[in-house]
Amino acid sequence: MLRGFTLTLARDMRLALRRKGDAANVLLFFVIVASLFPLGTGAEPGPLRAIGAGVVWVCALLASLLSLPRLFAADLADGTLEQMLVSAQPLGALVAGKIAAHWLTTGLPLALVAPLLGLQYGLPTDALAVLLASVLLGSPVLSLLGAAGAALTLGVRGAGVLAGILVLPLCVPALVFGAGAVAATLSALDPAPHLSLLGAFLAVSFVLGLWASCAALRVALD
Amino acid sequence: MASVLYTYASPQAFYPLAGRMIPWFAWAAAILALAGLYVGFFVAPTDATQGEAYRIIFLHVPAAWMSMFIYVVMAGWAGLGLVLNTRLSGMMASALAPTGAMFTFLALWSGALWGRPTWGTYWVWDARLTSELILLFLYLGFIALKEAIEDPRRADRASAVLALVGVVNIPIIYFSVQWWNTLHQGASVSFTAAPKMAATMLAGMLLMVFAAWMYSIAVSLARVRAIILERERDAAWVREAIA
Repeated sequence: MLRGFTLTLARDMRLALRRKGDAANVLLFFVIVASLFPLGTGAEPGPLRAIGAGVVWVCALLASLLSLPRLFAADLADGTLEQMLVSAQPLGALVAGKIAAHWLTTGLPLALVAPLLGLQYGLPTDALAVLLASVLLGSPVLSLLGAAGAALTLGVRGAGVLAGILVLPLCVPALVFGAGAVAATLSALDPAPHLSLLGAFLAVSFVLGLWASCAALRVALD
Repeated sequence: MASVLYTYASPQAFYPLAGRMIPWFAWAAAILALAGLYVGFFVAPTDATQGEAYRIIFLHVPAAWMSMFIYVVMAGWAGLGLVLNTRLSGMMASALAPTGAMFTFLALWSGALWGRPTWGTYWVWDARLTSELILLFLYLGFIALKEAIEDPRRADRASAVLALVGVVNIPIIYFSVQWWNTLHQGASVSFTAAPKMAATMLAGMLLMVFAAWMYSIAVSLARVRAIILERERDAAWVREAIA
């Protein structure tokens, strides 16, 4: 089971490394959208600091959403997905490998860049550290629930928008607790309760997202 | 008992049964709604603090209850269809979704109209309001996914997975007023404590709740009949039924 996980992870990482542009574009989109907000809302330091964490989180959600179509589409097109379904390895382990690779190529870079964007919004150092922690903890949620959305809309027309409609409402708790942790730090409160709730939501999404992805893939290739 | 259930799991057998049940539920809904509205507008007293504005609860509370309850029933049918692979279950889930979305919208809209005179604002980003809004998005996502997939069996099963994932939101809505300090008040009615409102207000509200139940059943049955006809249009019995 572990072997299925590591092999899929290694394969997807190798594919991602050979097409570096895909991951880089997601990151670029994240930075551009986050830079648009101060231009639209006005660059007053006070309001910017207040909305900073929320903006970074929403941009991370949207950027991660844009990367979803390539999660399963190429594997569906070349038949790899069918091989995964009939393989002796449990489907859950293989899908978990793909989700882990997606997080390493999308969620992790987003988390590492998030403090830089926080700096643009004038967040103080302790808030930047909490922002990094919250996106590190929350971005796997986006990969897990996103995988479920990608699997549900596999091969459906208008899959990109539809996946957004399905996934974004489910990701709301991650956004609320993630941005809430930074807001708590800004008002000199302990961010730990928000981060704990975010961790709990990650555990729930691991179970739900993995199950839903596998069930949806089985339905799609039935 | 079990054999009766199996018989009516077939769309062909369920179609005439649903047709016979609809008038009963529709009439019950009409009578209960008329009684509830009469009690609500002419018998129940004016509220001491909220004035006449409180009378929106006769619509708002049934709508909010039904919005959550229908989602659970819909997810139940969807899950049943996923496990037992019965065709009618997916059709029932499809038939319930628009009614549930309508009640969710009605709960939000009537709440906004009540909030303006009472809280001084149409909308606040309070935990219960927000989670009810997310419930509306979940219903619309369920309907959108169903519409987008051409093959009805795949549509049923894919949207069943979505409905089961989304059911996590229901306890969040229900308990939001206890977990967070919200502007929305806690429950005024419970099974364990004496009601905190006048008996006639409670009677009017409960009549409207039962009316909403009967309405939901009648409308879902009518809709499931339409879905059965649409999906089974190539079957011989459908041609006989509509001839």
